[in-house]
Amino acid sequence: MKTFISPSKLLKQHSIKDVIINNAIYIVLFFLFLTIVLIDPSFLSLKNAGFILSQSATRMIFACAIAGPIVLGGTDLSAGRLIGMAGLITASLLQSPDYTARVFPNLPRLPIWIPILLAMIICALFSLIHGFLVAKQKVAPFIASLGMQLVVYGLMSVYFDAVSDSAPIGVLDEKFTGFAQNGITILGFRLQYIILYAVVVVALVWFIWNKTKLGKNMFAIGGNIEAANVSGVNIVFNMLAIYVMAGLLYGFGGALEVARTGSATNALGQGYELDAIAACVVGGVSMRGGIGTIKGIITGVLLFQVISYGLVFIQVNPYLVYFVKGAIILIAVVIDTKKYIKKK
Amino acid sequence: MNNPETYLLEMNGICKSFPGVKALDGVDLKIRPYSVHALVGENGAGKSTLMKCLFGIYEEDAGEVIFNGQRVHFSNPRQALDYGVSMVHQELNQVQDRSVMENIWLGRFPMKGIIVDSRKMYNDTKKIFEDLSINLDPEAIIGTLSVSQRQMVEIAKAVSCHAKIIVFDEPTSSLTEVEVRHLFRIINKLRDDGCGIIYISHKLEEILEIADEVTVLRDGKWVYTGKCEGLTIDKLITLIVGRELNNRFPPKRIQPSEEVILRVENLSGEYMPTVVDASFELRKGEILGVAGLMGSRRTETVETLFGIRKRKGGNIKLNDKKIENNNARESKSNGFALLTEERRQTGIFPTLDITFNSMIANIDKYTNKLGVLNEKKIAEDTKWVIDALSVKTPGCKAKIQNLSGGNQQKVIMGRWLLTEPTIMLLDEPTRGVDVGAKYDIYQLIIECAEKGNAIIFISSEMPELLGISDRIMVMSNGRVAGIVDAKTTTQEELLRLASKYL
Repeated sequence: MKTFISPSKLLKQHSIKDVIINNAIYIVLFFLFLTIVLIDPSFLSLKNAGFILSQSATRMIFACAIAGPIVLGGTDLSAGRLIGMAGLITASLLQSPDYTARVFPNLPRLPIWIPILLAMIICALFSLIHGFLVAKQKVAPFIASLGMQLVVYGLMSVYFDAVSDSAPIGVLDEKFTGFAQNGITILGFRLQYIILYAVVVVALVWFIWNKTKLGKNMFAIGGNIEAANVSGVNIVFNMLAIYVMAGLLYGFGGALEVARTGSATNALGQGYELDAIAACVVGGVSMRGGIGTIKGIITGVLLFQVISYGLVFIQVNPYLVYFVKGAIILIAVVIDTKKYIKKK
Repeated sequence: MNNPETYLLEMNGICKSFPGVKALDGVDLKIRPYSVHALVGENGAGKSTLMKCLFGIYEEDAGEVIFNGQRVHFSNPRQALDYGVSMVHQELNQVQDRSVMENIWLGRFPMKGIIVDSRKMYNDTKKIFEDLSINLDPEAIIGTLSVSQRQMVEIAKAVSCHAKIIVFDEPTSSLTEVEVRHLFRIINKLRDDGCGIIYISHKLEEILEIADEVTVLRDGKWVYTGKCEGLTIDKLITLIVGRELNNRFPPKRIQPSEEVILRVENLSGEYMPTVVDASFELRKGEILGVAGLMGSRRTETVETLFGIRKRKGGNIKLNDKKIENNNARESKSNGFALLTEERRQTGIFPTLDITFNSMIANIDKYTNKLGVLNEKKIAEDTKWVIDALSVKTPGCKAKIQNLSGGNQQKVIMGRWLLTEPTIMLLDEPTRGVDVGAKYDIYQLIIECAEKGNAIIFISSEMPELLGISDRIMVMSNGRVAGIVDAKTTTQEELLRLASKYL
């Protein structure tokens, strides 16, 4: 019989040291936050809170989307480009009807849900292919998603080049930008609608993860694919469903992102997957698969946003912000590994 | 329908061959309802293979399975479960980070529309636990439970599928005495409910206590089936061992000297399960066999000695000088070599060639001051490995994964012989190796000893331990149960020592 050490044995000892290790990332972030507030107390304002929430909204959607493939034990490097593709498609189809230099001059004014739905379907199709490669063809998720990333970037760039001659697609239909940017202001705190959409998406993903068969199966597959298999779980189908769900959310989030920023190029979305993965990891989603909570992911996104916005707010050299972000990710991963490493 | 006089499950004339080995040869196993049926035999007697045929993990070559009067053929464990044939594995296959109830109902969650009905799942789990007097929270995370509790969860899973046949594979190997009592109460309850239990174990006292009937397998053949009433441990041991030793072993020409080369005092490991307080010595030119049941932690002992497991206490003295062996590098430079048990996991580099696999442990020797490898020397040594160990291979560029298990093992033996070790630790070196290659490996071990080196030789096959060892150390539950002279001991004595600390 090979050795068997339950991780619980290691976690059960609730010494102060373990508590510190288990919460180290939050302690580090708390001190960073404290430093920012001490340097400039005006950081603590409802206005800034509103900014941070608006900026976090699409990031939450992306993080919740990418967390699925990660909990399955994989990853998704194509997320950023799919987000960009969704943004490009919706932007090109939803320019202001009064704007003369539209990329599709003869296009009638579309109801905004048509392009958004189209973008979601296209992203879902690409994610389906990606999922098929991973679930059925057993391609390593890192490589499969890297390939998908290049494929999507190539296609979206060709589209961008063809429709707008590589000029940024802007002047969007104000129905569309308003869909994301409008909102209500209470005492200087601006609640943009985009925040509400993010809340709805987060609630939906939470529901799927915790209340449906698909969610339970996702954790089982990521936690122990063999056990799931002998229990009769349809591995391929469940994995595909998770990937498709991720694709739909990339599409929706990408459309919101372009509505928020107001224009799109083929560079839209570049590197978004890394931010999303980083937020997941900081929020306790294990890259080994099988572990993660929506609460953790949202915490991860918000912490990241507070820290990066805060550092810019106190005018830290922007290059240094990269350094801090990188360090946070590394600490998070070291802690993650420490928790689950098998001692022998 | 479940009349105790008829059989619930019959396996008739099951045969299964692997390349070079007949693992099962016309084996019969008949299980009645309302009974516990023990399945016993030495390691490699065919118990696991038989169970794997039942659950469709292996396809039997011949024979039939009759369940509830109908001929059945399961193509996977899940299908068997649907029929009510279930297994509680020795190595529990569970999703560590999920709850008890999710593990029990995985693959067949109760649903309310699109929502998993957690309340029903909770209540159903609770009810099963109450029926079996298991005191566990259905919402506890599996990874936080003890092995015994996790085993209870597996049993509950079997019960939740209305299993009629439940197979227990070495269920008590990691349980304490109190936990064993609880397990037996549950097993008795299942029997009273009409289940047929297949109970696989090496612990003969337990078998006589819990089982109603026993079937003995030996070398892949059916040997005996009968009631446990009236059986004694001695009789059972004779049935299990019952074979003559013939000349399957090369002769040993030189006796080990009296000079002690390695002294191990009170060796203990840090993380359980591990070796506990083991003391022994090794003489120049000696082959020290290590016997023990599965889970007796022989592997952990040599791995602790070699420094790839953390040592908690004890001294290691090489030629009366204290050494530490804190990691594999240090042990290697002290002249130790370890041939690991899991050849596929920790031995071979499957996709690389024989040359690479031969030289990798010895790479410093081929490297000049500039860090460049001496290809010529490597080629020579690889040739030596292939010739001296008579490795059957198309050439030194062949990938090792394309060789048979026996030839892979020879290459790895060669790899370690190239480091010119003084202490060889061999962990099941003949496992999965065919008979002919076994002889070659014995020959190598003996030659190595005759050159004045010392060897620790772990094996689960008693005949080979008796055949080539000078002395045999028997381990039981992590402790040294005794060290006996290989010439005067018997398999019966070894078996008795092996269960000393259970």
